[in-house]
Amino acid sequence: MGLLAIENLSVSYGKVEAIRNVSLKVEAGEIVTVIGPNGAGKTTLLMTIIGLLPCRGRILFNGEDITGLDTERRVEMGFGLVPERRELFAEMSVYDNLLLGAFSRRDGTAAVRRSIDEVFDRFPRLRERRNQNAGTLSGGERQMLAFARALMSKPTLLMLDEPSLGLAPLIVKEVFRIIPFLRDLGVSILLIEQNARSALETANYGYVMETGEIVRQGLASELIHDPQLIATYLGGQERAH
Amino acid sequence: MNAQIAAILTMDGVATGAIYVLMALGFVLIFSVTRIVFVPFGDIAAFTALTLAALESRQFPGTVGLVAVLAVAATAMELFAILRARSFARIPRALFFYLVLPLLPAGVMGFVSGATLNAPLRIIVTVALILPIAPLLDRIVFRPIADASVLLLLIVSVALHFALSGMGLIFFGPEGVRTQSLTDFSVTAAGVPISGESILIVVAAAIFCLLLFLFFEFTIQGKALQATAMNRTGARLMGIRPAHAGTVAFLLGSAMAAISGVLIAPVNTIFYDSGFIIGLKAFVGAIIGGLVSFPLTAAGSLFVGVLESFAAFESSPFKEVTVFSLLIPVLLWRSYTLLQPEEDGEE
Ligand SMILES: Nc1ncnc2c1ncn2[C@@H]1O[C@H](COP(=O)(O)OP(=O)(O)OP(=O)(O)O)[C@@H](O)[C@H]1O
Ligand SMILES: [Mg+2]
Repeated sequence: MGLLAIENLSVSYGKVEAIRNVSLKVEAGEIVTVIGPNGAGKTTLLMTIIGLLPCRGRILFNGEDITGLDTERRVEMGFGLVPERRELFAEMSVYDNLLLGAFSRRDGTAAVRRSIDEVFDRFPRLRERRNQNAGTLSGGERQMLAFARALMSKPTLLMLDEPSLGLAPLIVKEVFRIIPFLRDLGVSILLIEQNARSALETANYGYVMETGEIVRQGLASELIHDPQLIATYLGGQERAH
Repeated sequence: MNAQIAAILTMDGVATGAIYVLMALGFVLIFSVTRIVFVPFGDIAAFTALTLAALESRQFPGTVGLVAVLAVAATAMELFAILRARSFARIPRALFFYLVLPLLPAGVMGFVSGATLNAPLRIIVTVALILPIAPLLDRIVFRPIADASVLLLLIVSVALHFALSGMGLIFFGPEGVRTQSLTDFSVTAAGVPISGESILIVVAAAIFCLLLFLFFEFTIQGKALQATAMNRTGARLMGIRPAHAGTVAFLLGSAMAAISGVLIAPVNTIFYDSGFIIGLKAFVGAIIGGLVSFPLTAAGSLFVGVLESFAAFESSPFKEVTVFSLLIPVLLWRSYTLLQPEEDGEE
């Protein structure tokens, strides 16, 4: 049945159609990646799945049609999104940002405090800056906070819009270590990345999107060896093993 | 003018200013969460004073009629929206929040309006009656145009003020009222007489400012309100509903207005349309705070109160002119200091 199923999704900005007839699936416990050039419609896709943009087509979550539900309801059901623009609460502390990440949870303050501690263990940098305003964090720290804040809601489906954008190589590595770790905790992940190679190395399944349409899909382990994709997205030659 | 007169004028000004502080904070609260400059804010304060006066003279307050009209309209709109979305399960909840809850204090009023209540009970019943007005107006007027520009929201807000003061005339009549003093205690410090009324106003204002501060800093609901004000999309992604945050902001904001109404009723004669000018003065305080900063807003409102008090002493007919002339330099200063840093923000 699949955790998330998208059927014939189309989205327009005014008269311009940004996404055409996209169908896609995420199975429970899977990492799925969508790669594609700038302006392909990847961000639009995630914004639509979380309910921030109106669309045609159907979105199913655990088999239930959620196309008519609002964003807040979807978040309560277990959707999480790290948006491309991060959308942090700039004049609030790191700690308060994390606290609000747990707004949709109903399991009490003690559990939320524990989660914040866990998140701090994972991102020690954020613990150091817990009382600093989010708006004064460095670009990389802001990314971390956005990621950490999304984890606070304990999502069943976590959608990441370019989580490694602008991060130092060491931190990028950390991000790609966390993603499979989260999967092992039972979080399903829909990942969008410019860094197509890392994305395909981490993912189970991949989609290639160009100008609003899915042009290619398959097991990530197969896509990564596809000569055509190597030429366009994976930086010329196949890496030697 | 000698030092003693200056001291008396300052005391007076601080008391008036404290009332403006409460109102201005409510203004800023509503604006920052909903982007609505809620012009009818002063009307809410005036209606509170009129309701309290009606209870004192054991009359049936017109507020009940006003709330009933608004509740029925809001319920009708909510039901229409629910029927269109075919989510019938939400009907009981909608009926409870838009019809039963707002009319509950009105129902209680039916029983008690003939009876003699003591002052604290009168105040509690009055505030309970007034509280639903602003959230209901939000549902009826602003929710359908929530995504409109700030300017359009402002224009609608001005129109709403005129509609409300028209209704004020219908429900309360043209007579002015002044309620009984809350206290007749007074002290003399260093030769300056200080009325208990002034002390009460300042203390009450301070307490409610403190409560507002505690709510914002230490409750998750308060933080959710701040989050909505800072970044709506971010808030929605956390599961915070902007419409819900707006209702809470209107509720709290109008509580501040109602309390100012209670405090001002014994010291000023209030008519059905007195709210506008009071609200406008509080608005000057809010502008000094740039419609965002709570501490600057409080300082600005106190300043407006003191300025008004001295202006009234120097030349009573010109006191409004003096206060509103202040807006010009303040606006100039604001437009120089505030606009630049916002441009390179992330938005
Ligand atoms: N608010 C908007 N109004 C109009 N057009 C938009 C809007 N947002 C995006 N678009 C257009 O829709 C298309 C898809 O944009 P989208 O942001 O989804 O691409 P993307 O695949 O995420 O690109 P990138 O890799 O650069 O982030 C683009 O052509 C973009 O110009
Ligand atoms: Mg994008």
